[in-house]
Amino acid sequence: MYGNDFTAPQADGQDAVREGHEDFWRVVESDGRIEPRDEMPEDYRASLVRQIAQHAHSEIIGMQPEGEWISRAPSLRRKAILMAKVQDEAGHGLYLYAAAETLGVDRAELLDKLHSGKQKYSSIFNYPTLTWADIGTIGWLVDGAAIVNQVPLCRCSYGPYARAMIRVCKEESFHQRQGFEALYTLSHGTPEQKAMAQDAVDRWWWPSLMMFGPHDAESTHSEKSMAWGVKRFSNDELRQRFVDMTVPQAEALGLTLPDPDLRWNEERGHYDFGEIDFTELFEVIKGNGPCNQQRMARRRAAHEDGTWAREAAVAYAEKAQQHGRRTAVA
Amino acid sequence: MNDHLSGYALALGDDALVAAQRTGEWIASAPQIEEDVALGNIALDLLGQARSLLTYAGSLEAPQRSEDDLAYFRDAAEFRNVLLVERPRGDFGAAMARALVLATYLGELYERLRTSTDEMLAGIAAKAVKEVAYHRDHATMWVLRLGDGTEESHARMQAGLDAEWPYVDELFDSSYVDPRLVDAGVAIDPSGMREPFDARVGDVLAQATLQLPAVRAAEGGGREGRHTEHLRELLADMQGLARAHPGATW
Amino acid sequence: MPDRRDWPLFEVFVRSRRGLSHAHVGSLHAPDAQMALRNARDVYTRRQEGVSLWVVEAAAITASSPEEKDAFFDPAGDKIYRHPTFYDIPEGVEHL
Repeated sequence: MYGNDFTAPQADGQDAVREGHEDFWRVVESDGRIEPRDEMPEDYRASLVRQIAQHAHSEIIGMQPEGEWISRAPSLRRKAILMAKVQDEAGHGLYLYAAAETLGVDRAELLDKLHSGKQKYSSIFNYPTLTWADIGTIGWLVDGAAIVNQVPLCRCSYGPYARAMIRVCKEESFHQRQGFEALYTLSHGTPEQKAMAQDAVDRWWWPSLMMFGPHDAESTHSEKSMAWGVKRFSNDELRQRFVDMTVPQAEALGLTLPDPDLRWNEERGHYDFGEIDFTELFEVIKGNGPCNQQRMARRRAAHEDGTWAREAAVAYAEKAQQHGRRTAVA
Repeated sequence: MNDHLSGYALALGDDALVAAQRTGEWIASAPQIEEDVALGNIALDLLGQARSLLTYAGSLEAPQRSEDDLAYFRDAAEFRNVLLVERPRGDFGAAMARALVLATYLGELYERLRTSTDEMLAGIAAKAVKEVAYHRDHATMWVLRLGDGTEESHARMQAGLDAEWPYVDELFDSSYVDPRLVDAGVAIDPSGMREPFDARVGDVLAQATLQLPAVRAAEGGGREGRHTEHLRELLADMQGLARAHPGATW
Repeated sequence: MPDRRDWPLFEVFVRSRRGLSHAHVGSLHAPDAQMALRNARDVYTRRQEGVSLWVVEAAAITASSPEEKDAFFDPAGDKIYRHPTFYDIPEGVEHL
C-alpha cells in the first residue's frame, strides 16, 4: 500500500485460515501468484480488496495537495513536471482500482466507501502543502517512502496487484528524482529558498516516517498479511530502510532532518533515530488532521458535480445501441 | 520584421499558456478519473505549445527574454491572448464547449502554419497539429454525449455553448497580424479560417442536437492587451511566487 | 448501492510494438467502446504512436474456470470473467 498508516492498530485475533484452502497455500508458499478466478480464503480476498482500494484512494486523494500548486508553479518547466506527476497519480489510481475489481467489487462501490469514510487513504495526504518547497519535499520523502513500501509489493502473492505495482514503480521512478532535484535547486538557491526548503523538510519528516505505520509490536494484522505473501517486510524494517537511504540524501541536499537523535550506529550498521510520537498520526487518522475535511469535500464535490456528465454519457450510449449506431467519434 | 514576428508568436503562445492554465484547473476535479488523465494530457500539450512559442518569441527580442521572463514577469496589459481562454473554468459543459471551439480553431491554424516559411513556426505547428486533432476529437465526443444525452445534460451543454460563443469572433480577427508576415508566408490570416471552422463545429452541434447560439459577439481587445479581471486574477495566482523571488532559479 | 448508470468495465489490451502480440494491461470504466479506446490511449499508452489498442467490454469475455469451480462471488453460473533523464542528481547520491 501507499503506506501502512490507515488505521490505528487493532487486535486481529485470528490466524490465517488454512483448512479447505490447500491449493491456495501451496501456491502462496511456493512464491507463486494467485490469480482472479483462483479459489482463495474469504479473509484474503476481503483484506486485499481493502488494501488495494485504499492504495488506489491514496493515489487519487494524493493528487490534491500537489495539484494545488500546478497553477502556482514558479517556472513553466516545473509546472509541466508537476502536471505530469499528478496525472500519473490519477493513472496509478486507475491501475489499482482495476486490480481491486478483479476481486469481485465494482469501482463505484469502492468510491462510495471512500466518500462515506468506510475506506481510508494514506493519512500523509491530510497535511497541507504550505509552500512550493513542500512539492519537492513530497516528491523526495513521501514518494521515497511510498517506493520503499511499493517495491516489495511487486512480488506480492496476488497477481493483478503485483502487476499493477510493477507498472506503478516503473512510472514512479521520475517522481522521487524530480522532488529531490526541485529541493536541491532550492537548497542551493537564495537564502529565502533554502529556508523554504528546510522549513518544508522540518514539517514532512516525521509524518513520512509515520507512513510506515505503527511499530511492529503494535501491528497485529501484519502476521496474517505476511503469511499470505502480501506483506514481505515488517513496518519497522521498511522504516529503517527508508531512513538509511534518506539520511545521506539529506546531506547531499545540505538540509538537516529535525531529529536530534538521528545518528549512524556502527554496531547495527543502521541509523538510530528518535522516538516517533504516534498520537499525531492517530488524530489525523480519526479525521482531525489539518486537511481531512478539505480533501474529502473536494473529492466528493468532483464526483457529485460530475454525475450529470457521467449519466449523459450512459444515456447517449444507450440511445446509440437502440438505434443500432456505433457510438461516434467525429 | 522581427518585432512583428515576435509579437505574433507571443500572441499564439499566450493563447496556449492561458488555455493550459485553465485546463489544468480541472485536474482532480473532473467528472471521472479517466477524464482527469485526459484533461491532464490536454493541459500538458497546450503548455508544451506555449513553451515553444514563448521561447521563440523571447529569442527574437532584444534583449532576449526567456519563456519564464515572459510568463511570470509581464502584467496583464502585456498579454496578447484572446479573451476566450482567460474566462473562468465554468462547469463541464462550458469546458467542453470551449475545448471544442479552441481545438477546432487551433486545428485550422496549425494545419496552415505547418507550411509557414518560418522554419521554427512550421516545426511547432507540425507537432501541435497532431495534438490538437486529439483535443478536438475528445471535445467532440463529449459535446455529442452531453448534447444528446439526458435533458439535463442537453440544457447544460447548450448553456455552456451560449456562454462561450460570444468570444468566438475574436479568434478570427486578423487585425493583430502584420500583413507583411502574411504575405511572406510566415503568419496565417485567421479570417480565412472562419468558414471551415463554422462548418466543422456546425456539424458537431447538429449531430449533438444543439443550437448554434445566436448571441452578440463580446468586445474583443485581448490581442491589444485589453483584458478582463479574470486574467488579472489568473496571473496573480500564476505569477505570485516567481515574482516574490526575482532572479531565483527553480 | 452503485448506480445502474455507472460506466461499464472494459478490459484493455496493448500491442506496444510490431512483432509482439496484444497483452492484457488492465481495465478501465467508460460509457462506450469509443470512449474506452480513447481513455485507454490516455491511461495505458500515454498516447505513444505506433501502439495498437484493443478494448473489450468485460461482460463480453468468456473465461475458463480453473478446475471447473465457479468463483464464489459470481453465483450466477453464466456470469463471466471479471476480474488487474533528464534530472541532474549530484554524483554519489544513491537510491535515486
